[in-house]
Amino acid sequence: MKISMTVNGTPRTADVPADMPLLWILRDVLDLKGTKFGCGKALCGACTVHINGAATRSCQVPASAVNGRKITTIEGLSKDGTHPLQRAWQELDVPQCGYCQAGQLMQAAELLAKNPKPTDEDIDAAMHGNLCRCATYHRIRAGIHRAAELSSKSE
Amino acid sequence: MRDDSTSEAAVSPAVAGVARRDFLRVTAIAGGGLLLGTLIPASTLDALTSSAADPFTPNAFIRISSNGAITILAKNPEVGQGVKTMLPMLIAEELDVAWTSITIEQAMSDEKAYGRQVAGGSTSTPTNWDPLRRAGAAGRQMLLAAAAETWAVPVAECSTDAGVVHHKASKRKLAYGALAAKAATLPAPDLATVPLKDPKDYRIIGKFTPGVDNSKIVTGKPLFGIDVTMPGMLHAVIEKAPVFGAKVVSANVDEVRALPGVKHVVVIPGTTDLSGLMPAVAIVADTWWAARSARRRLRVTWAEHPTAQQSSAGYAARAATMLPAPPQAVLKTTGDVAAAFGTAKAVVEATYEYPFLAHASLEPMNCTARFADGAMEIWAPTQNPQSGRQLVADTMGIPQDKIAIHLVRGGGGFGRRLNNDYMVEAAWIAREVGAPVKLLWTREDDTQHDFYRPAGFHRLKGAVDGSGRLTAWQDHFVTFGDTPTRLARAASIGGTEFPFGYVPNFSFGVSAMPLGVPTGFLRAPTSNAIAFVFQSFIDELAHAAGRDPVAFRLALLAQLDSAAPVSRGEAPPMNAERMRGVLELVAEKAGWGKRTLPKGSGMGVGMHYSHRGYFAEVVEVAVSRSGDLKVQKVWVAGDVGSQIINPSGAMAQVQGSVLDGLSEALRQEITIDGGRVMQNSFDDFELLRITEVPPVEVHFRKTEFPPTGMGEPALPPVIP
Repeated sequence: MKISMTVNGTPRTADVPADMPLLWILRDVLDLKGTKFGCGKALCGACTVHINGAATRSCQVPASAVNGRKITTIEGLSKDGTHPLQRAWQELDVPQCGYCQAGQLMQAAELLAKNPKPTDEDIDAAMHGNLCRCATYHRIRAGIHRAAELSSKSE
Repeated sequence: MRDDSTSEAAVSPAVAGVARRDFLRVTAIAGGGLLLGTLIPASTLDALTSSAADPFTPNAFIRISSNGAITILAKNPEVGQGVKTMLPMLIAEELDVAWTSITIEQAMSDEKAYGRQVAGGSTSTPTNWDPLRRAGAAGRQMLLAAAAETWAVPVAECSTDAGVVHHKASKRKLAYGALAAKAATLPAPDLATVPLKDPKDYRIIGKFTPGVDNSKIVTGKPLFGIDVTMPGMLHAVIEKAPVFGAKVVSANVDEVRALPGVKHVVVIPGTTDLSGLMPAVAIVADTWWAARSARRRLRVTWAEHPTAQQSSAGYAARAATMLPAPPQAVLKTTGDVAAAFGTAKAVVEATYEYPFLAHASLEPMNCTARFADGAMEIWAPTQNPQSGRQLVADTMGIPQDKIAIHLVRGGGGFGRRLNNDYMVEAAWIAREVGAPVKLLWTREDDTQHDFYRPAGFHRLKGAVDGSGRLTAWQDHFVTFGDTPTRLARAASIGGTEFPFGYVPNFSFGVSAMPLGVPTGFLRAPTSNAIAFVFQSFIDELAHAAGRDPVAFRLALLAQLDSAAPVSRGEAPPMNAERMRGVLELVAEKAGWGKRTLPKGSGMGVGMHYSHRGYFAEVVEVAVSRSGDLKVQKVWVAGDVGSQIINPSGAMAQVQGSVLDGLSEALRQEITIDGGRVMQNSFDDFELLRITEVPPVEVHFRKTEFPPTGMGEPALPPVIP
């Protein structure tokens, strides 16, 4: 089927099978490799993107459901890599292998958009679905706090 | 600092084919630059360890262009353990350049140029600490000499500072780039005697240094194996028999080939090597999703295979009959355990068992290959490219020098990527279809076709005397293999693990049963099982002796029989003083025996020496009324020698190892039934989530020993 959507602010079209998940449209049709495949079952969160602002597992969203939607991926989280989360992640050296981090960042970005000063409990509740096999969880938590601090400073 | 490595760019192996020489090699490169390649004599490496290490040596490269660009090559595969950052730090420190002004480039797999390129065994630090610093120092010496010659002043009057040579007396200075062409014409210094910095002058080593790929990671740039792409590339999925090694009898190849997007269906006959190319059917399509979708319609008839008779329940039943019987082989014995049991105040017997485990790297196994004109080019997130090249060469009959391997970042390794089954699969498929192919497994493939940490069974018997001293230790280890001395990979533990050498009467016997399931190294291999069994049993003995578990261990460490310890593999034998140091430190930091814990809470201690590192850990655990365990906090004390090279990476590795160990201890189990793995994905093989991680407080004890690796040794002690 032919679909149209906005990806990172740019209108994009694709002619793909109706059941093709957004994850694979992004990766293999639009060549946006930042969104990662971990399980294909919404168990790990590596494929998290925003659909109309909501953090969503892109492996579970078929082409038929994204027509006309606004998609934001890790490549579009900021224009130049300066989203407070991206700055905090580098400052605190959050990644180990780094594979899950695009999903972690997109999930965390949704949290901060809704809740600019999250507590540890808020962070745990929001980030529970995102696995990190290297277990960078302490730094993910610290990174979100640091990003909240950076955001409030720049306001 | 920039990072120029990409998953697509073909970087030609800079000096493939050069002769091995035991001294610094200098070559002028295009543009008048200086290329420093080093080959370190084995004698230098010997100085690092008391026992003989690899016969040949690590290498490093420094590239300084006349335009001032300074590039340092990262030689080892990066799978999240931080070596792409840490190893170049060693060179940059001694070369004396500003870390933020240099480019780090991932080296290709090239044994002639770089030596051993393996991410495994926590070996990157101990085997590279000295040679890579000397590589950097030699480069600096040559630049100093070039400046001295240019200015006609003594070398001793020249100094360096962040990529610039100064002559302070005349207030002259020249950047390294300006000196590169001249330096390339000068003789190389002797690596063995090249002066190294005093550690107090370090400006890079010992500083919190974020990963060199972080900016790409947080902006979603292509970086990992799964991100590799090239014109004309096709996508493959692969189906292997659920029963390991079963052959393909038939498959509905024509039907699947007619499905949308499908270009090829390849029946792979495979070999009988469970570590090599297994029989399979591959579907190659224009997108991965098309290949994946077509696989749902694939129907394969697999041949019967004897492994189908095996199961976890069967192994356990067999172990239960073997454990009480005499071991098939007694591998170590000192003193007389039977006599000691006879005169003991208390004798404790216990049986321990642990399950198979998968690695579950978040990036599923994948590899990209292109075959043209008799040459194979491979992009692989592998921990062990050199054995991959060998496997591809042996399986496919392609000469090794016709196989080029690009090292791409791996989304987690944990030992899984030491095996290169996915590499030979991709290579085979690419040759069959005559186009570049990216093979990507599903999560279920990854869970069900791993090289598992082998399960194991121990029957232990120990004795303490009237003074609370451990007098006898007997272990019957039932494991997997053809014979007790020909065991499955990672299923052998040798006989010299602590407390061997610390107990006057000691006996270690092994019995083996056959296994049709592939096994392999999982982070802190063998130690991740031994620490659980032996440290748990030491606790039982401490209890029987009526002694505090820390005090009991300290007393045991003081019982060293100096004649007994034997080197474990390449590493020196355990140093009781260093172990005592971390045990005392962790007890102090955790307030062991000094804090009153709430009802239902308790503390446990474990210690283990592996991969040259000494770790002791205390865990505070709360048990709910329903019996649920919750780990409240973990304290860690580690001794990895005189210098933490990158405090950020070191802390990350320790915390990650500890939480990895908790995942294993609390959650994970792979079970076999009908010769196949019963687990599929993260719902039935779970990892800890953010809500479940306790604080992990880490302390390092600095000792005057050469620095050693961090990727593994912090894991084992947390499990008991």
